Amino acid sequence: MSIENEQRTTNNEQRFLKLSGLEPLIVTPETNFINVGERTNVAGSKKFLRLVKEEKFEEALAVAREQVENGAQVIDINMDDGLIDGKEAMVKFLNLVISEPDISRVPIMIDSSKWEIIEAGLQVVQGKCVVNSISLKEGEEQFIHHAKLIKRYGAAVIVMAFDEVGQADNYDRRIEIAKRSYDVLVNKVNFAPEDIIFDLNIFPVATGMDEHKLNAIDFIEATRWVRENLPHASVSGGVSNVSFSFRGNNPVREAMHSVFLYHAIKAGMNMGIVNPSMLEVYDDIPKDLLERVEDVILNRRDDATERLLDFAESVVGKTKESKIDLSWREEPLQDRITRALVKGIDQYIVEDVEEARVAADKPIEVIEGNLMTGMNVVGDLFGSGKMFLPQVVKSARVMKKAVAYLLPYIEEEKLLNPVTDGSGAPGKILMATVKGDVHDIGKNIVGVVLACNNYEIVDLGVMVPPEKIIAAAIEHNVDIIGLSGLITPSLDEMVHLAKEMERKDFKIPLLIGGATTSKAHTAVKIDPQYKEAVVHVNDASRAVTVVGDLLQKETSNGYKKSIKDDYDVFREKFLNRSSSKTYKSISAARRNKFKIDWETSEIVKPNKLGIQVIEDLDLNILVPYIDWTPFFRSWELHGKYPAILTDEVVGEQATDLFADAQEMLSKIISEKKLKAKGIFGLFPANSVNDDDILVDTSSNLDENTGSLSGAEAKESYTFRTLRQQLERREGVADYALADFIAPKESGKQDYMGCFCVSTGFGTAELAAKYEADLDDYNSIMVKALADRLAEAFAEYLHKEVRLKHWGYASNEELSNEDLIKESYKGIRPAPGYPACPDHLEKLTIWDVLKVKETIGVELTDSLAMWPAASVSGYYFGNPQARYFGLGKIKDDQVKDFAERKGIPLEDAERWLAPNIVEAP
Amino acid sequence: MKDIKEILKERILILDGAMGTMLQRYKFTEEDFRGERFKDWEHPLQGNNDLLSLTQPDAIAEVHRKYFAAGADIVETNTFSGTTIAMADYYMEDLVYELNYESARIAKMVADEFTAKEPNKPRFVAGSIGPTNKTASMSPDVNDPGYRAVSFDELRIAYKQQVEALLDGGSDILLVETIFDTLNAKAALFAIEEVKEERNIDVPIMVSGTITDASGRTLSGQTAEAFLISISHIPILSVGFNCALGANQLVPHLEVLSTKSEHAVSAHPNAGLPNAFGEYDETPDQMAEQIKEYAEKGLVNIVGGCCGTTPEHITAIAKIVENFEPRKLTVVG
Repeated sequence: MSIENEQRTTNNEQRFLKLSGLEPLIVTPETNFINVGERTNVAGSKKFLRLVKEEKFEEALAVAREQVENGAQVIDINMDDGLIDGKEAMVKFLNLVISEPDISRVPIMIDSSKWEIIEAGLQVVQGKCVVNSISLKEGEEQFIHHAKLIKRYGAAVIVMAFDEVGQADNYDRRIEIAKRSYDVLVNKVNFAPEDIIFDLNIFPVATGMDEHKLNAIDFIEATRWVRENLPHASVSGGVSNVSFSFRGNNPVREAMHSVFLYHAIKAGMNMGIVNPSMLEVYDDIPKDLLERVEDVILNRRDDATERLLDFAESVVGKTKESKIDLSWREEPLQDRITRALVKGIDQYIVEDVEEARVAADKPIEVIEGNLMTGMNVVGDLFGSGKMFLPQVVKSARVMKKAVAYLLPYIEEEKLLNPVTDGSGAPGKILMATVKGDVHDIGKNIVGVVLACNNYEIVDLGVMVPPEKIIAAAIEHNVDIIGLSGLITPSLDEMVHLAKEMERKDFKIPLLIGGATTSKAHTAVKIDPQYKEAVVHVNDASRAVTVVGDLLQKETSNGYKKSIKDDYDVFREKFLNRSSSKTYKSISAARRNKFKIDWETSEIVKPNKLGIQVIEDLDLNILVPYIDWTPFFRSWELHGKYPAILTDEVVGEQATDLFADAQEMLSKIISEKKLKAKGIFGLFPANSVNDDDILVDTSSNLDENTGSLSGAEAKESYTFRTLRQQLERREGVADYALADFIAPKESGKQDYMGCFCVSTGFGTAELAAKYEADLDDYNSIMVKALADRLAEAFAEYLHKEVRLKHWGYASNEELSNEDLIKESYKGIRPAPGYPACPDHLEKLTIWDVLKVKETIGVELTDSLAMWPAASVSGYYFGNPQARYFGLGKIKDDQVKDFAERKGIPLEDAERWLAPNIVEAP
Repeated sequence: MKDIKEILKERILILDGAMGTMLQRYKFTEEDFRGERFKDWEHPLQGNNDLLSLTQPDAIAEVHRKYFAAGADIVETNTFSGTTIAMADYYMEDLVYELNYESARIAKMVADEFTAKEPNKPRFVAGSIGPTNKTASMSPDVNDPGYRAVSFDELRIAYKQQVEALLDGGSDILLVETIFDTLNAKAALFAIEEVKEERNIDVPIMVSGTITDASGRTLSGQTAEAFLISISHIPILSVGFNCALGANQLVPHLEVLSTKSEHAVSAHPNAGLPNAFGEYDETPDQMAEQIKEYAEKGLVNIVGGCCGTTPEHITAIAKIVENFEPRKLTVVG
């Protein structure tokens, strides 16, 4: 009927799958196996997911680029994640990929389970893509409809062995579905058979279940059948699935992948998703391991799984025993210095630097030559994602040690030859944590990484008032100011500083970073205050590129302009978006409060009312309560503990870091370097006037335990809570914490508690000691661990309260994992966090418990706790109490809140600013 | 009338030369472009060549007539910018259907005159579908590489309207040409497939890309073979290159198409590269001599001219290629 068919029939012998990016890819028998890159897949790569979520598209592009550089012939792109707008992310990322010829030279595999994402992707790519995937799962009609459109968009297609009944999991089902899909596509859709690729489902073997034994061999045999019986079609699959049950044991997994591929390729599998770094060369697999793996893959023995499992243990053991290899000490001097910096080995650096110094004309040349050569390698590796933050901080430690050794010689040289010599540093950067804020881990990390890149850092420390920042910036003639902050009031401080910089007619860029900061806040609130560049930078690796772009003469103006433009656009979009939400009045929200049936609700009277103090808790008790995931996050290693230790990308680094952390932790504990103190109280309480909680502290007067003086204690205090106002769907309550406490008019006596714990005593001293030793790595380590211990203390104390002191859950049995998942009854929300973002209530807690007087934890002007490694909050024991996010509130509630609290409206507005809805 | 696919097996077909170059000879003024109908149009219209199909239809017919007389088998309609997207420059989006319909009708009328005179040499009308003035896979803003000035759907809808009008006006063939961004072309092909399906018709499609410079790639970065693969998903009559380069420079790229393509191969290059004044000054004989190389090597099935070519060029080209066999329509891997 059409020319197509006539011409095609003339050429039935040679019809190959042809794809294109900017360049062609033709799959012929000679191409053997097409390797599809799988790192740009949010479902398969935590790193990529994080980058997309955080809209770090530059770095996400680097992931794609690296895959292509490492030999991926097609790149699979997948944006299927509940927390991102997959369609938008797919289009945005593809548009950027298309603009990078070194990536878009290869064809793209558009991977999604949602048709709308696939179609959106097909609409932005000029080359011939592969759609991954469609299947008969939803029936023939939809299958035909999608196939027809894919053909019209000009793409090849992966067909999953899946139909209305389910996924094919044996040989017969695989060929049944493949045959039927093929016939429909070729005969009903007129789809070119060479554009059909079957994914015949690779499932794990050696799982211990009998029904999984045939998984690999069935795939291989079904592949053979497809290639022999369905002319011109290809076969693909995700190879890493096959070794799923050996997660954590890479030597075995690598061998399994190679063996599987060896046999599957022979059977005709001609493309697949494979991580090249998880592949052993077939011929290099030790014979004993090879035999056992082949037994499993080909299902050659009944006891194949057990034999491989036994063997696997010995393989793991072997790799751990590796000896320290010192052969690198024989290499040339520059190689040794570079290696020491890249690997963070400080053992030999002084020796090597001395050798370099003797050889050099001037000692400064060792820094500018040998050391910078090494640091440039570090910078490149970090920039391309091949080194991770903890390694870079270790590199910095080696660098500092080397520079410290050289300094006296350099001074001496200066005295001998006082030539004015332009300073080698490419720029000077002032770093400070703003007034009222005490958190500096992130700031220190950024400082270290920038210093590694040869910038001179002027670090003013924490709680730095704006006038001091301004004065220091002028005095040191810095090129950039970087501000950091973790608590919400710090956001205002940053806005204030931007205004000051404008007023003083500064011309230098301002960098904003820290946990509460965001691109949105920077664009909407800070950027408009300052004519010069304001850039939000939330991680160390980006800081280097941003600072480089800002200070490099050639790029500076263009970059500044692009940042300003970007923020203008972002601000506009953001403001438009925020106006689309609607909010109800506070009175309407109160009518729709969360209602607990107080007649039936179980209220338990605490075993012991009043305040108790923990003077010096044994830190050993806290270790099992540590949640390690945030620890890794503070070092910019992303992933859940313990899986992160075996993560394909960051696993090795995470394992090293974890070992260092354990070492430091045992030092802290055995040498009692940090002191854990805590205080908590449990009181009779009732909610009043909807949103307030009246706490009866008269028991303090009687059971006065610690250093409380009866004269200071009052009979009662009131906690003010805030209520959700966002208009949501019918039937969803508008929460306030007061809803979890029985109202006075119910006639029921209810109870609540509050607490403050700290493991920060001693942190500053210990960190300072490491800093004096030029050891930023361990200084940051101490602070990060202190933070974790404080959280662990809060978790531990909450458990003690539930089980003993309050005792409403005395029969609770929970593992640490359950604790982290917060699967227990009752909550411990903290002021400054989502359920009660208002920091002001900390003042009330401090009054009620006499925190400062008793255990010495203080509040700064911005109501940050000092020492920084401290946690405070409330206890609510009702089984229906739950965590929620307050979201935005309207000015009517702000006014009401100010009146209830008896503070000026402006004060309330200032403290609640991040949560107040913008006037439209 | 004999099927064009049959004729393609017998000889090299001749496509016409430039429309714009010929229209320049008329030295039309702003008033001429406007004609009576658009004398009060609020925006300048000089340079809107497509509009001349409405305001100077005799001139358009005369150009077609000259090309057929010169030996062309196929003439292109005067519709290179006939989409709502390109016509937005003149605020004439609403006239798009009429422009395409009239242009096709004029060309068909002239073609029928010639076919009637020489029934053994039927003449064809190819509806010309240009690239528009926007690109779907490149950003016009260097600072924002993710930005796109036009979407696939906007292009598809605009092209669909043009295709319907071209077919209604009597086009025998659709020619998607001067493709500098393959994604634009894919939107045009998508629209054509929709129209074919809705009307239950088959229509021969010619696809012609543009290699912009010595890099040997399209403006959107594809090599000749990648371009070929990207547009081969629907049945097409021919694939080829036009514009930007002279006949000589096109040879290596035509060789790629000729070896890799299962379709007929077309070429309509410019009359050389532009000189210092932006004019094309290759003479008919000079150009025909280069085209001879195409024919000798058996690279092409359809040849014609683009910018700077005239009926004299087409006469010379037709005379040279008539002695050669067309490229064999066999398929290679």
